[in-house]
Amino acid sequence: MKVLVPVKRVIDYNVKVRVKADGSGVDLANVKMSMNPFDEISVEQAIRLKEAGQVDEVVVVSIGVKQSQETLRTALAMGADRAILVVAADDVHNDIEPLAVAKILKAIVDEEQPGLVLCGKQAIDNDMNATGQMLAALMGWSQATFASDLEIVGDKAKVTREVDGGLQTIEVSLPTVVTVDLRLNEPRYASLPNIMKAKKKPLDEKTPADYGVDVANRLEIVKTAEPEARKAGIMVESVDELVSKLKEAGAV
Amino acid sequence: MAVLLLAEVTDGELAFDATAKAVTAAKQLGDVTALCCGASAAAAGEACAKIDGVAKVLVAEDPALGHRLAEPTAALIVSLAGDYEHIVAPATTDAKNVLPRVAALLDVMVISDASGVVDGDTFERPVYAGNAIQTVRSKDAKKVVSFRTSTFDAAGTGGSAAVETISAAENPALSEWIEDKVAESDRPELTSAGVVVSGGRGVGSEEDFALIEKLADKLGAAVGASRAAVDSGYAPNDWQVGQTGKVVAPGLYVAVGISGAIQHLAGMKDSKIIVAINKDEEAPIFQVADFGLVADLFTAVPELVEKL
Ligand SMILES: Cc1cc2nc3c(=O)[nH]c(=O)nc-3n(C[C@H](O)[C@H](O)[C@H](O)COP(=O)(O)OP(=O)(O)OC[C@H]3O[C@@H](n4cnc5c(N)ncnc54)[C@H](O)[C@@H]3O)c2cc1C
Ligand SMILES: Cc1cc2nc3c(=O)[nH]c(=O)nc-3n(C[C@H](O)[C@H](O)[C@H](O)COP(=O)(O)OP(=O)(O)OC[C@H]3O[C@@H](n4cnc5c(N)ncnc54)[C@H](O)[C@@H]3O)c2cc1C
Repeated sequence: MKVLVPVKRVIDYNVKVRVKADGSGVDLANVKMSMNPFDEISVEQAIRLKEAGQVDEVVVVSIGVKQSQETLRTALAMGADRAILVVAADDVHNDIEPLAVAKILKAIVDEEQPGLVLCGKQAIDNDMNATGQMLAALMGWSQATFASDLEIVGDKAKVTREVDGGLQTIEVSLPTVVTVDLRLNEPRYASLPNIMKAKKKPLDEKTPADYGVDVANRLEIVKTAEPEARKAGIMVESVDELVSKLKEAGAV
Repeated sequence: MAVLLLAEVTDGELAFDATAKAVTAAKQLGDVTALCCGASAAAAGEACAKIDGVAKVLVAEDPALGHRLAEPTAALIVSLAGDYEHIVAPATTDAKNVLPRVAALLDVMVISDASGVVDGDTFERPVYAGNAIQTVRSKDAKKVVSFRTSTFDAAGTGGSAAVETISAAENPALSEWIEDKVAESDRPELTSAGVVVSGGRGVGSEEDFALIEKLADKLGAAVGASRAAVDSGYAPNDWQVGQTGKVVAPGLYVAVGISGAIQHLAGMKDSKIIVAINKDEEAPIFQVADFGLVADLFTAVPELVEKL
């Protein structure tokens, strides 16, 4: 079985984002970009399935600016076999919506015929939490979101999901789309020799036109603003003072 | 203009708070029809009919709808979609599982976690862990939107909407429910509690998390946790507060042994009063705290329990 892992290049989770003064968006010029943390978890899971002999090939795909190549190379260095880069934007500020991403992924799935697609549960830039579910819908496949445990048994996947009430376990028919949550695994770091080797692994470059997908956005961003800042609070010296402040404020 | 609202129904029961908050957001868009579905959903439908602002309730009962599996639930919503311009839900894990699937089947974008309604096409939503608020205008004919419950007040009761029973759509039969692991608790639910006490990595162990629970019980609070505390096994996953966990905005939020990473702040910084207890005076959590106490939690928390 082949596994397809979509990976997104996003602002590094340690970077404090700055909203542009004119309200046109967030400043992404010259900030550190990394692989979406959830996607590191899905790459790791795919590689573990391969190491366990349940998967023969791990294909990673990224859709975005040309520099998403670096993200793909990271995935290849972790152990993925092959990469597809779909260059869909020439400005990093021009993000592609989940619906368009899902349509491109569908075309790639039709071509590659994977038995499993492992997506991140959400990208930490836009927090849409949508792409995997949309791909499953377009394929007419099952979906298992927010996975904290995944087991392939025959032609089914048994998935434990992190939900509001606790954990839910379901069984879905393959082929399927699974979106991964934080506690599925701890992703490995790529070793230096593997980073060198990754440079020689195949990376195909495509465009949305190759797949006949229109990437025009459905949502227009009217403005981007800074959230209201909290006003500064005070430091208390003791538990007694804390209790009296809370009583004054009517909080207890 | 008509709105279809997917009510939050768990094991036949209406999750009133989440649903009523979404109703507050939805009624700004038009007449609200609430859909209650499940293996049993009639009681939930009755409860839903009483929410102010609900004009009509649809009840669909079918074993296939029992555990809110995405495929049959999305199929049902899509079968009803023709009559509505907006399809909305509270942004729970159930809705986040189902709505993007509905949107893709309708060939429209989804708007996740909207925190404000500007007009029928335009919504506000937090991005980048709440560090920016984006206003987006949809060009789609149908709008599929989940609402962040922490930013809307719950609608009241007193309504008496008509309830209509409908049948489920054909089940694509792609998935099967196996089990739920739900911890029973007498404490209030995290996302609707008036007070939340959260513990972080500083608490140090699962045993010592009892300290946090004791303080919570003293305050009649729900218990939350940082990701580090959940990852370390001190607390269950459904207690995680933050960008990728639950978003809460209680009247009082007490953060104990939590450093205040932006991913954690994203889930609690709209709380009315924030208290932070941390032994490191440089901890970023103090920058958002109304009342900060630099102290060892192992002495401060028991003392607080005693003096409250
Ligand atoms: C700076 C900026 C400017 C923007 N400008 C606009 C604009 O002008 N107009 C507009 O309508 N919208 C704009 N957007 C919003 C954007 O189009 C989408 O809302 C957003 O990219 C999709 O949400 P998400 O990435 O959070 O996807 P999610 O659904 O949260 O991602 C989940 C998973 O899907 C996969 N995935 C997602 N995207 C990709 C990808 N590109 N390649 C490979 N895998 C992927 C990954 O596995 C990921 O973990 C902008 C966003 C940004 C950051
Ligand atoms: C993709 C992604 C998503 C994430 N999502 C979330 C999320 O949803 N929610 C979330 O919380 N985090 C999230 N995180 C993790 C986040 O970045 C932080 O790592 C996490 O919040 C840290 O938890 P913490 O504050 O408990 O631990 P730490 O940062 O280790 O802080 C522990 C604190 O306890 C204090 N302390 C230690 N001992 C004592 C003592 N005896 N008395 C008093 N204070 C003490 C220390 O001074 C320190 O400030 C996410 C990260 C990533 C990459």
